[in-house]
Amino acid sequence: MKTRSRWQRFKESYFLHDFLHDKVALTSFCILAVLLFMGFAAPLVAPFNPYDAHNIDIMNAEIPPSWLPGGDTTFLLGTDAQGRDLFSTMLYGMRVSLIIGIGAVCLQAFLGIMVGLVAGFMGKRVESILMRVADVQLSFSTYMVAIFISAIFQAMFGVAKYEEIAVPLLILVIGFAEWPQYARTVRASVLAEKKKEYVEAAKVIGLSQKRIMWRHVLPNTLSPVFVISTIQVANAIMSEAALSFVGLGMPVTQPSLGSLINVGFEYIFSGSWWITMFPGIVLVLLILVINLLGDWLRDFLNPKLYKG
Amino acid sequence: MQPLLDVKNLSVEFALRQGPLEAVKNVSFSLNKGERLGLVGESGAGKSVTGFSIINLISKPGYISNGSIMFEGQDLAKMPFDKMRGVRGNRISMIFQDPMMTLNPVLTIGTQMIETVMAHMDVTRKEAEEIALEKLRKVYIPSPRKRLAQYPHEFSGGMRQRIVIAISLLTDPSLIIADEPTTALDVTIQAEIMDLLLELCETDNMGLILITHDLAVVSEVTQRIAVMYAGGIVETGSTRQVTETPGHPYTQGLIAALPQSGAAGDRLTQIPGAMPSLMNMPAGCPFNPRCQHCTDICKQELPTLKENKSGILVACHHADKV
Amino acid sequence: MSTDSLVKIKNLVKHFDISGGLLDQLQMENGRITRKQTVVKAVNNVSFEIQKGETLSVVGESGCGKSTLARTVMGLYPPNSGEVHYDGQRIDCLPHRQMLPYRTKMQMVFQDPYASLNPRMTVRQIIEEPIYFHNKGISRGDAKNKLHEVMRSVGMDPEWAGNYPHEFSGGQRQRISIARALAVEPEFIVADEPIAALDVSIQAQILNLLMDAQEERNLTYLFISHDLSVVEHISTRVAVMYLGSLCELGTAKEIFSSPRHPYTRALLSAIPTLGGEKKKHIHLSGDVPTPINLPPGCVFHGRCQFANDRCREEIPLGRNLENGTLCACHAVEEGRL
Repeated sequence: MKTRSRWQRFKESYFLHDFLHDKVALTSFCILAVLLFMGFAAPLVAPFNPYDAHNIDIMNAEIPPSWLPGGDTTFLLGTDAQGRDLFSTMLYGMRVSLIIGIGAVCLQAFLGIMVGLVAGFMGKRVESILMRVADVQLSFSTYMVAIFISAIFQAMFGVAKYEEIAVPLLILVIGFAEWPQYARTVRASVLAEKKKEYVEAAKVIGLSQKRIMWRHVLPNTLSPVFVISTIQVANAIMSEAALSFVGLGMPVTQPSLGSLINVGFEYIFSGSWWITMFPGIVLVLLILVINLLGDWLRDFLNPKLYKG
Repeated sequence: MQPLLDVKNLSVEFALRQGPLEAVKNVSFSLNKGERLGLVGESGAGKSVTGFSIINLISKPGYISNGSIMFEGQDLAKMPFDKMRGVRGNRISMIFQDPMMTLNPVLTIGTQMIETVMAHMDVTRKEAEEIALEKLRKVYIPSPRKRLAQYPHEFSGGMRQRIVIAISLLTDPSLIIADEPTTALDVTIQAEIMDLLLELCETDNMGLILITHDLAVVSEVTQRIAVMYAGGIVETGSTRQVTETPGHPYTQGLIAALPQSGAAGDRLTQIPGAMPSLMNMPAGCPFNPRCQHCTDICKQELPTLKENKSGILVACHHADKV
Repeated sequence: MSTDSLVKIKNLVKHFDISGGLLDQLQMENGRITRKQTVVKAVNNVSFEIQKGETLSVVGESGCGKSTLARTVMGLYPPNSGEVHYDGQRIDCLPHRQMLPYRTKMQMVFQDPYASLNPRMTVRQIIEEPIYFHNKGISRGDAKNKLHEVMRSVGMDPEWAGNYPHEFSGGQRQRISIARALAVEPEFIVADEPIAALDVSIQAQILNLLMDAQEERNLTYLFISHDLSVVEHISTRVAVMYLGSLCELGTAKEIFSSPRHPYTRALLSAIPTLGGEKKKHIHLSGDVPTPINLPPGCVFHGRCQFANDRCREEIPLGRNLENGTLCACHAVEEGRL
């Protein structure tokens, strides 16, 4: 038996093997990679900068996609009601959606892991209090909390100021609304790990509670965290889109996929279906591939699930 | 006389993505009516797979790739699945390590037993209940009529295993396959269950295949032993002979490794290394990396079962010397 | 017997409350709400001493409290009452910091080699963790030497230190587990069923390893097992437990050649033996009671064929017999047995 490097281990692992032999997972991953790249590299990839007022000409408004009669080859997927190139706007919008989605999940994961770990490890009263707080939080619907907070902030700061703080605010709102998911998962996992003999072995060595919790228990509870993270990213992007759709998310000057769909929706009856349709397709595709990857990851990490 | 069960050249493969994996290799043994055979080996030796394959209960992706299993004039290896149900649980019964594999936790013992009887025999409910009661008495369950109305969780581990034995007796089978029936139980309970199995086999002239890792248990109950190692039988013969004068170096090592009373505190004789995984088999005799008698031929050629001087069948190139 | 005892436990009691939160405890009874607590009485009033350099084995069937006893001695569970002394010092009530010096003297080897090693740590990290923790400021080179030394002493190639536990077989993992215990140079090791999860041909390897380590390092063992033939082989003295109580305690020789307590007799008669003539197993009637509802009097009376009214009412105390064995049985004391 020889010691192998991390890279070698990865190359020879079941993880990679299983992944490469699962067509759905592989395709989803490729699509997601393209979408992520296009989103985060939007300033480099997009032909126009939709945030720059100099580029926008109201005379270009509502040009259909290039392959339709009246289309213009400069605007591949047509333009929106303000004359912005729809393709560029969508890329920028996807970037905003992804930043909010991932940001919110990082916040959720941070809060949830802390609470779940402490609750599961300490037990007794600490656990009761923390988990009841999580239950209370869960009993408020995400949308209710978000609508409430967004409405208050818009009224407090005025629309102009709100536009500046919209991204961090949405991250906070969505992050706070969904952390109990993590807390519950992590707590359940900690309760199972805590009983194992390696934790007792660490106690016999004399390690402090804190060190056992961080060094021994936490790393072993992370598999389920990865699984729910994929699903939570998809959920967070959906939440943001829904909020934007009802006008409480991203402003039109800095559109996300959701607000693009919302804005385009008004023009659907005037025949400009593309303004709402293309962002809609991208949103569905993004959510779908993330969920498919999440499913694969769950099946891989928990083989009992599909056997039983 | 025709044997009750005659297994010939049985091989079981598992279709894995790396290709087929042979878990049982060319195994042959037979069992006469009323005879008790012990199938002994460590975890991964293929003893349970062999037991399961007799009643065609190997779970996917496993399948019987070769060989025949003749039982009461029929070849079970080639029997279609629906016909197999008439044999399994009827002529052949199985007892598992975990009684809850057999018992349904949400039904009373009575319901389960009566339904089993009625599924296999043409009797009324009343008669079925009488049969159930008779079998419960046979396995020494106190106040059986009261017990019929109870659920599995109301019984202790040893009692549950007794009930499983009673269920396996319902159809008066001619063969019982017991897969590690007492591994999860305490020593005192183990002794009781083994005594019970022995008594039942003797009174009803039933055949028994006892699958276990525990040589000592097998030696108290069975008449013949087959020792399995890495998917094949390495030694088979009468229990007395195999335990007293083992012919294969592996069996010799196993017996020498058992702590003997009277030699307290001494170092135990140990077999070096561990059993190879089925994915990573050495060429030739699978035991050669751990064997002190290993020579060149052992690393090249797989030995077959041959009779040694004391009349035991041994799969070893040096059977006459060791 | 010498008075050179290393570990002494006195009237140790360990109960677990499994009734859950306050809401789970409330029950309706005769129209009134009452609070009902369910307590598992795992260890009841157990006392014994472990002499320096000996192997004291605790045997008994599942649920008899032997593993709880081991963990209470190690300080993993605080006892409900009673005392644990180590080298004359009472250690059952020490705060974490004052307990640290004893953590290097007392170590433990666990039953399940698959659960007792952290799957996310390499063998190096697993074994070096206690070395660094108990030798503050030790140099990397010294730690590495220590790692290599303990790995070699358990028969493992130090080259393998970079591998993760799942890359090893059960027997090798148990070696790693023993190496971790030996890394802090302990005097006393509690081994909780260290070979129960291993294959027969591997059990002998691990038992030999434990016996060799004892000889080389002058260790004292508290060995927990349900396997009587193993216990007979390695023990100096044997304690037999039933339902949280001590039945009989004596030298391995006396216990195995002339058991006195009716439970010990039944237990010994049940050991399967290889070949030879068949022994008559003593069958015990009835079921093992749960440690939640302990029977009054002697805990064994429900299954004992020698039980009389006194056994059903009065808890027998351990008494020394003429051969030095300690036995807790009214029948033996009265000479009925």
